[in-house]
Amino acid sequence: MDDGYILAAMVEDKPGVMQRISGLFRKRNFNIDSISVGSSEKPGVSRMTLTVTGDSQILEQVIKQLSKLVEVIKVTRLDEGEAVTRELALVKIGTRDESERAEVVQYANIFRGRIVDVHKESLIVEITGDRPKIDAFINLVDVYGIKELAKTGLTAMTRG
Amino acid sequence: MVFEMRMKGSRAIVKSLENENVEVIFGIPGGATIPLFDELYDSSIRTILVRHEQGAAHAAEGYARVCGEVGVCTATSGPGATNLTTGIADAYLDSSPIVAFTGQVATPFLGKDAFQEADTMGITMPITKHNFQLRSVEEIPGVIKTAFTLARTGRPGPVVIDMPKDMQEKEADIKFPKKVDIEGYRPTLKGHIRQIKKAAEMLLDARMPIIFAGGGIIISGAERELYDLSALLQAPVTTSLMGKGAFPEDHPLALGMVGMHGRKAANYAINDADVMLAVGVRFSDRSTGAVSCFAPEAKIIHVDIDPAEIGKNVRVDLPVVGDAKLVLQDLIKLIKESIKKGSRGGKGGRTTAWQEKVKRYIKEFQPRMDYDDIPLHPARVIKEIMGALKPDDILVTEVGQCQMWAAHFCSITRPRTFISSGGLGTMGFGFPAAMGAKVARPDRNVIDIAGDGSFLMNCQELATVVENDIPVVVAVFNNRYLGMVRQWQEIFYDRRYSGVDLGTQPDFVKLAEAFGAEGMRVERPEEIAPAVREAFKSGMPTVIDVMIAHEENILPMVPPGRCLKDIIE
Repeated sequence: MDDGYILAAMVEDKPGVMQRISGLFRKRNFNIDSISVGSSEKPGVSRMTLTVTGDSQILEQVIKQLSKLVEVIKVTRLDEGEAVTRELALVKIGTRDESERAEVVQYANIFRGRIVDVHKESLIVEITGDRPKIDAFINLVDVYGIKELAKTGLTAMTRG
Repeated sequence: MVFEMRMKGSRAIVKSLENENVEVIFGIPGGATIPLFDELYDSSIRTILVRHEQGAAHAAEGYARVCGEVGVCTATSGPGATNLTTGIADAYLDSSPIVAFTGQVATPFLGKDAFQEADTMGITMPITKHNFQLRSVEEIPGVIKTAFTLARTGRPGPVVIDMPKDMQEKEADIKFPKKVDIEGYRPTLKGHIRQIKKAAEMLLDARMPIIFAGGGIIISGAERELYDLSALLQAPVTTSLMGKGAFPEDHPLALGMVGMHGRKAANYAINDADVMLAVGVRFSDRSTGAVSCFAPEAKIIHVDIDPAEIGKNVRVDLPVVGDAKLVLQDLIKLIKESIKKGSRGGKGGRTTAWQEKVKRYIKEFQPRMDYDDIPLHPARVIKEIMGALKPDDILVTEVGQCQMWAAHFCSITRPRTFISSGGLGTMGFGFPAAMGAKVARPDRNVIDIAGDGSFLMNCQELATVVENDIPVVVAVFNNRYLGMVRQWQEIFYDRRYSGVDLGTQPDFVKLAEAFGAEGMRVERPEEIAPAVREAFKSGMPTVIDVMIAHEENILPMVPPGRCLKDIIE
């Protein structure tokens, strides 16, 4: 029954908005997988992308309760099939020697990732894509040892 | 139209309050609100100095609930603000319009753990409809106008305005807006007509309709519409605790309150009904019992101004989002049209059997109140007190057994005359709320139905009512126990009375007298009503110590998590 949903919330760019939203999730016992926030096309309005899990009744409550917050202007559910979803990950991968490094660079290229830092014993790959792509890359390089991983959380937009 | 004036922030605050027609503020000053109080010194607004900030918040709520206007309270930063929070949370759960002004350390000290600093914004965020911290002097009038608009419109609720001290002291050129536009706030007032049409059809087709009315009816002022609709459909009406007063409880179709300590007639009727029209209720667990067997035969139509309430606790067959009064007006119109067209029978023959059944329930399950016991039976005390009240007089309750005795046994016939802490269940609410109620309606008698445990939680406000000449009457149902917990321990915990024995209680008569109020003690049934009448007549704040049975229970009771029909008697 439990499923992941993607919500886009247009919110006023004011101090404390993030706390209002995260506090709401905690208070109402909703599960939140990720929040990402940044500017939108409208000055003074931020766009927040939330991924939440729960059944459809919980999803309905999440949308309604979010919409009640005064600083939330609009909440839309994005249908995953209709939406472009992207996440950016920075992955620091341990590489013991030249050949490992070469392999990782190759994988990164296949996934259209970029090498943004090279060090004697590690390198950092920046990779952008939807969740399955990033997960696939991470699974692939896991054998080398992932020293650090930072994901931005999903951001999303409906096509057309 | 809008002109600018140079003034201090504190002046802008008080001027804004005057513009909102605020007549009274309950509160206590402190270091961070001295500038505000300095302005109040010259204002026509009455400042009532309470003795604990919790009392200020409850008084503001009592005031708001009785007159329907926004109640205002204030406290200083840090401990003042944290003391307000219980009252703010109470107003939040019962959807009462209050605006609370809290002092805050000056902006440069924010976040430095300065003296009397607390994160009031963070603390009150989950218990307010919205909150603000003043960031500039110029924004003050707009923020206050927005706060009052939010507090009183849509689903009402508390709003906090946190005022750093420098925002009160600094001067700026100030404009006072006549109106504010709040982009993310557009409550739906008018119900969707197609949904209402469906509701009309469902109700006309119903064989056993029931109306479940809540506090939303009272907030919206929809009592007349509720009365008319009930008459039109010949549908019985039950209410939540918050809905007491929405429908005259002496009416032949009044079932009384539903729920854990509801009337048996109401619980049984809900169990039978085939269509339920629920208006302005939020299906609290204390009303519904186990949701899996709540109204098991009924299709539920839920009317509420807050879309998030629909489907939150119980399954709903037909949602209608809108203001109760407007939705009921449309509903009545459509039902009348249908009946006129002859396409529907309305109340015709089909519902007669149901009305008979309901009337039988009401008659058969009439609660007994004529006990002659000494020490007193609480039901008898309620009966005698009700006998001393006029229909418009205001009955406020504390929380616990006393509250449920009042809710179960009192017959309330007018809106805004029964004030109780429903959602939060705040012991200590009643007395300061009664004080606020009396300030709002000095022409009415106000009585607080108190337990000895509850009353002690805010009895310091005796000083306030004496000093400010606010003659409320407190009837202390004295059983020397935290009675509700004791009752649960008796029924569910094998009579292991842990932490509930209040032992030697203070002498409530002397306590009252020590504050300069009147004190009386009643021990016999026939003494109760005369004591209440005398207290009202005296024009003095009065505490009546009512000696009730030590271990009386509030029955009937539906055990938590059980179905409404599973009643312990």
